[in-house]
Amino acid sequence: MPKKISKMGPYTKKVFECFNNPKNYGRMKNPDGVGRVGNPVCGDVMWLYIKVGKNKKGEEIISDIKFETFGCVAAIATSSILTQLAKGKTLKEAMKIDKKKIISSLGGLPPIKIHCSVLAASALNKAIENYVSKKKNKR
Amino acid sequence: MDYASTTPVDPRVFRAMSPYFTEKFGNAMSLHGFGQEAKEILEESRESLASLIGAKSNEIVFTGSATESNNLAIKGVAFANKKKGNHIIISQIEHPCIMESAKWLEKEGFEITRVGVDKYGLVNPESIGKAIKKETVLVSIIHASNEIGTIQPIREIGKICRGRGVYFHTDAAQSFGKIPIDVNKMNIDLLSASSHKMYGPKGAACLFVREGVKIEPILHGGGQEAGLRSSTVNVPAIVGFAEACRICKKEMKGEAQRLKILRDKLIKGVLKKIPGSYLNGHPEKRLPNNANFRFDFIEGESMVIQLDFLGIAVSTGSACSSVKLEPSHVLLATGLKHEQAHGSLRVTLGRWTTKTEISYFLKVLPPIIKKLRDISPFKKHA
Repeated sequence: MPKKISKMGPYTKKVFECFNNPKNYGRMKNPDGVGRVGNPVCGDVMWLYIKVGKNKKGEEIISDIKFETFGCVAAIATSSILTQLAKGKTLKEAMKIDKKKIISSLGGLPPIKIHCSVLAASALNKAIENYVSKKKNKR
Repeated sequence: MDYASTTPVDPRVFRAMSPYFTEKFGNAMSLHGFGQEAKEILEESRESLASLIGAKSNEIVFTGSATESNNLAIKGVAFANKKKGNHIIISQIEHPCIMESAKWLEKEGFEITRVGVDKYGLVNPESIGKAIKKETVLVSIIHASNEIGTIQPIREIGKICRGRGVYFHTDAAQSFGKIPIDVNKMNIDLLSASSHKMYGPKGAACLFVREGVKIEPILHGGGQEAGLRSSTVNVPAIVGFAEACRICKKEMKGEAQRLKILRDKLIKGVLKKIPGSYLNGHPEKRLPNNANFRFDFIEGESMVIQLDFLGIAVSTGSACSSVKLEPSHVLLATGLKHEQAHGSLRVTLGRWTTKTEISYFLKVLPPIIKKLRDISPFKKHA
């Protein structure tokens, strides 16, 4: 059997960690908000589910979050890190998570994969917007 | 399991090459003893190469890479035959070096027809016949696909070209040394081959140019290789290439048989163990060392990296496409949708692939596919 060669290719160690051991993946039952972004034609699709709760101050927070992703190493890693960044944050704080924050949390992304971080950030925005508009409609 | 990208140099090849780096370092163009020694081994190497494909040794032009050979073939023939016409026919599944050369020739005023393929990646020879017109100077069709391994009906295509008085070139980078080639029986006028795909060193390749074919050089200079490829000849690499050819000539039949058995074990195993898996390319008319799969709902790079962690090197479409984000043009040409093409995996076997490796692959692949599908949004909605 060939010996395992440890090498990182174009990705950082952190990207590989997130890819190999992704957190918060899978379908969520009865989510409060869903964000679906991407397009199978370009090879990346991200679906993000959130549950919204309240913290001690009564602010709305992301109490649970899950993702489902079709895509490359970077797409899966950005999805995972995004969920870790967003979990427990207030909706306001979560809206502020942008591609810069995601990339720096991963220790960098190859230029050709930057769009994955954009995709992840917009999935979260969409999920939150979806929750907000659903709430409005309920009233 | 990525032997189609490149192969290690066979130790026998390496041994044959090594004196030509140090003691026997002459320039084949020099008149003195060192030069003549180099010249002699160069011509001997040319003969070994020629004999593998039934060519004459003066019909072999050494180049630096299959990419260079392909560039020389199509640009060289295009420019040398401008008076006859400006039309060239290729297929939609050529290697990027043919695709890009053709695109460049289009900018230079040439007309390119790109014939399609069926779902197995096969070119219909009749479609070549239909595409040939008065202005056609060259037809160039890849012998065996570097991605899906499909072997084209080269003899039939060549026959049609011969009948219509059109030159026929084939890119044999993947098939040379792996399956029998006879340039006469197969009606081939020009053929590209590469050393590093057949256990020779990188940096050596050749173009077979049938006697009488009108072709212009693309590199001008000292007039080496009968004026078709000026550059100091890379003797050590060519010696290695020739030794690799001798070994292939001797061992091809048995090795092809051995690989075919391993390949079929691999294909059967994958299709049986993994639901939603399919074989890309032709079930029989394929290279003995090539298997190309696609899996529903998941993406190729993730599979490649997961397998890499386990010590298995495979590729998505082809190593050449891995810097781009678009899925393989070859898979799209066979009619796959983008998302299907994205979920493809090429596994290519070689001289040192063992049964144990195939079993290991078959053991580790299913859980990888399962995990990636668990992550994918498509599984339950499809």
